[in-house]
Amino acid sequence: MHSIVCVKEIPDPETPAAAFAIDPVAKRAIPAKDKPPVISPFDEQAVEAALRIKDAKGGKVTVISMGAPTAEKILKHSMAMGADEAVLLNDPAFDDSDSATTAYVLAQAIKKIGAFDFVFCGRQAGDFDMGQVGSGVAELLGVPSVTLAKKIEPKDDVARVERAFPDGFEVVEVKMPALITVSNELGQPRYAPLKGIMAAAKKKVPVWNSTEIGADASRIGAAGKRTNILRLYIPVRESKCEVIGGENEEDMANKLAQKLREVKLI
Amino acid sequence: MSDYKGVMIVGECVECAPVAITYELLGVGRRLADSLGEPLSAALLVDKVGDAAKDAIAFGADKVYVIESPLLKDYMTDAYVGALEKLCQEVKPNILLMGQTPMGRDLAPRLAFRLGTGATLDCLDLKIDPQSKLMLQTKPVYGGNALAELACEKCRPQMATVRPKSMEPLPRNDSRKGEIINFDSKLDASQIRTKFVERVKEKVEGVKLEDASVIICGGRGMGGPDNFAPLRDLAKALGGAVGATRPPCDNGWVPATMQIGLTGKIVSPTLYIAIAVSGASQHLSGCSGAKNIIAINKDPEANIFKVARYGVVGDYKKILPPFANKIKELLKG
Repeated sequence: MHSIVCVKEIPDPETPAAAFAIDPVAKRAIPAKDKPPVISPFDEQAVEAALRIKDAKGGKVTVISMGAPTAEKILKHSMAMGADEAVLLNDPAFDDSDSATTAYVLAQAIKKIGAFDFVFCGRQAGDFDMGQVGSGVAELLGVPSVTLAKKIEPKDDVARVERAFPDGFEVVEVKMPALITVSNELGQPRYAPLKGIMAAAKKKVPVWNSTEIGADASRIGAAGKRTNILRLYIPVRESKCEVIGGENEEDMANKLAQKLREVKLI
Repeated sequence: MSDYKGVMIVGECVECAPVAITYELLGVGRRLADSLGEPLSAALLVDKVGDAAKDAIAFGADKVYVIESPLLKDYMTDAYVGALEKLCQEVKPNILLMGQTPMGRDLAPRLAFRLGTGATLDCLDLKIDPQSKLMLQTKPVYGGNALAELACEKCRPQMATVRPKSMEPLPRNDSRKGEIINFDSKLDASQIRTKFVERVKEKVEGVKLEDASVIICGGRGMGGPDNFAPLRDLAKALGGAVGATRPPCDNGWVPATMQIGLTGKIVSPTLYIAIAVSGASQHLSGCSGAKNIIAINKDPEANIFKVARYGVVGDYKKILPPFANKIKELLKG
């Protein structure tokens, strides 16, 4: 089995709101000083999904990322978890991307890598929460897609996939090769063992540019974008919390309950 | 591009009846169509339509395209994308909307790529720019810390999904006139590369989080699984549901299905009582749609107070029992 996993480097989603800042001109977040960027949490679960298949069926896991040179770190992290190979897709021509151009670059790279049984993506990136790239890659590769997966069981050339729903799950069968997007219900990704970290440190991560993946210049960067961010802003939240005081906890509790009745919330 | 006209919404039905998101989409769709001076249509992909098309007209649609096929009984990506691709080629809508639901989240991106256009997912607001006539699409990004306004300038249709409960439906009006058109999308089973096996519903006690108008949410400060019992008791009294932030779920105090936040459920209750919840941004992104947040936390600097309407600073273990008693007393009286 060969699984290819697409991962993205994002600002740490656990950054406290107070430390969060944006560059309204470049229309992106400014990473907080003491919070280095991380692998998007759903993408880390996508790596985990691929590794579980490798554990059960053997084979190889290749991890790719379109991003800045710093994204090498999340590729090495994926290899430390157990992935075999990684490729970084980096080119200034990829800058100013949207879901359409990102999916195109990833699909071109996957075509260059060659045959696969699965492509895994996170259900959405933890920064822009669009959740489109996976389905887009599938469409560009001409393979079926199953989104929001929490469990994947391949048998021969058909995979049984459980899709997470708000009130349970749905079971579908998909013919391989297929693209699967992974939801958090899959469960905790494994920790990278020290041995893995040391082995990954020694591995080289090749960098491919737009020429190496045979990209059409009209389909990458600003030229290929189909959606445009007009404005990025931090909503002004007036802190207008009315703090209910009192002589003691019981008094405060009573007053809060009465307040809720007064304003007809209960 | 100028031959693309009108707003189209993709409805969702369960057993011949449109579900809430369909009415919300018709509500926002009507508003957008009126500001453009263009018609509003609804696409219903169903195995049997029943009265759903008439319902869509009563809630604002000028036209309803009904695609009826046994292949559309359970949502399957290839079937729905294929059918809507045909319909969009024929109707050429300027704007195409669906819900940010398990169906819309799967369908919208793949259809956008099939049609060669762009989509914005999980919008909280949609409006027409008076000058450019483009649909301006506002969505939360970076875990709700920021909002982005996007537009699809070069391609059609302009596609978006809208978050459930973020849009108001119109009141039902049965005197509204509309046209029902049966559309043959020429679907055949060979196009569908996935096979539906089954839907498994997990039992939830009481009210579902997504549907609850009252939610009691416990955070890291709850300290352990047993402390959630009084929350359930209070939720029961208020006819609501109990949720949790990530740490109680990660620590196994409560099931992961109770998690509210970026990696959990997105909720929009009328009353949200956050107990021992610090207010990390990844949690707030799941409850920012709540109309009234009440915070009980011992740390007066906790971020949750920034978004709360009312707050009490103190130990929840001492506050919750008298609070629950008083509420029960008020509800009785």
